[in-house]
Amino acid sequence: MQITVNGTATEVQAQTLADALDELGYRDAKVATAVNESFVPATARDAPLSPGDRIEIVAPRQGG
Amino acid sequence: MLLYGTEINSRLMLGTAQYPSPAVLAEAFRCSGAGIATVSVRREAGGDRAGAAFWDLIRDLDVTLLPNTAGCHSVREAVTTAQMARELFDTPWIKLEVIGHADTLQPDPFGLVEAARILTDEGFKVFPYTTEDVVLADRLLQAGCEVLMPWGAPIGTGLGLTNIYGLRTLRAQFPDVPMVVDAGLGLPSQAAMAMELGYDAVLLNTAVAKAGDPARMAEGFARAVEAGRLAYEADPMEPRDMAAPSTPVIGRAFLT
Repeated sequence: MQITVNGTATEVQAQTLADALDELGYRDAKVATAVNESFVPATARDAPLSPGDRIEIVAPRQGG
Repeated sequence: MLLYGTEINSRLMLGTAQYPSPAVLAEAFRCSGAGIATVSVRREAGGDRAGAAFWDLIRDLDVTLLPNTAGCHSVREAVTTAQMARELFDTPWIKLEVIGHADTLQPDPFGLVEAARILTDEGFKVFPYTTEDVVLADRLLQAGCEVLMPWGAPIGTGLGLTNIYGLRTLRAQFPDVPMVVDAGLGLPSQAAMAMELGYDAVLLNTAVAKAGDPARMAEGFARAVEAGRLAYEADPMEPRDMAAPSTPVIGRAFLT
């Protein structure tokens, strides 16, 4: 299905957020996630994705 | 200094952005003696591990982390960012920024209060980036904030304390609330002035990171913060308009 990952249209085979993270190269990465502007905790990534979902994947960065 | 029940040994809080290299960042922190480091969250590409590398760097600093919601312009954005930051950094502390104006990066006071209330209800310890407005400060305290972080000047300007009257009024209005002057500082003398006004701490980033020698500037700020705090605790003299001789007048040799 087609979803949007960090602002970029992306085609994935995965049906869940957890599988999408694996498929897109985030396995074991230190990241946090949101789907359609709502936070999805690491413990809830088995929920199914829907076509058109907007996924944000963020990591620790420098800040002021 | 006690912030949300946590004892912090330094009154200097330092940002982690804009340094020329990770090594310079680490050296600046060492010279600053800062007890708190601000951090952020940003998009990461698949296969990239920049987040993990930065995480290793800041863990070695041995400081308390204060994640921010920098760049958020809406309540929802700020709340979701805070939730992601809490999971990533494993802390309920959040420097809450809800920006209302692109050029000045001035906080949106209405969104700030709303987001502060939502996050407090969710168990966050909110450090709101605010203005020196006393009414807004009161609303933030009512929303559950136990620390306030008024700006000295807009972020990244280095202009120092642009409204000393407002900062003095805010300090006097809430004498028991821990308050941190956050943003706009460019020079150690400005940090010392904030401390002399009775602020509990200062938070800065650009002034150190963009200095020609960040480590040296970090040490300069550390000393200024300490000097300003000592001066505040020492109960300074009252200024006066007319001169008053400091050397005794009695006993002066009579020479004409």
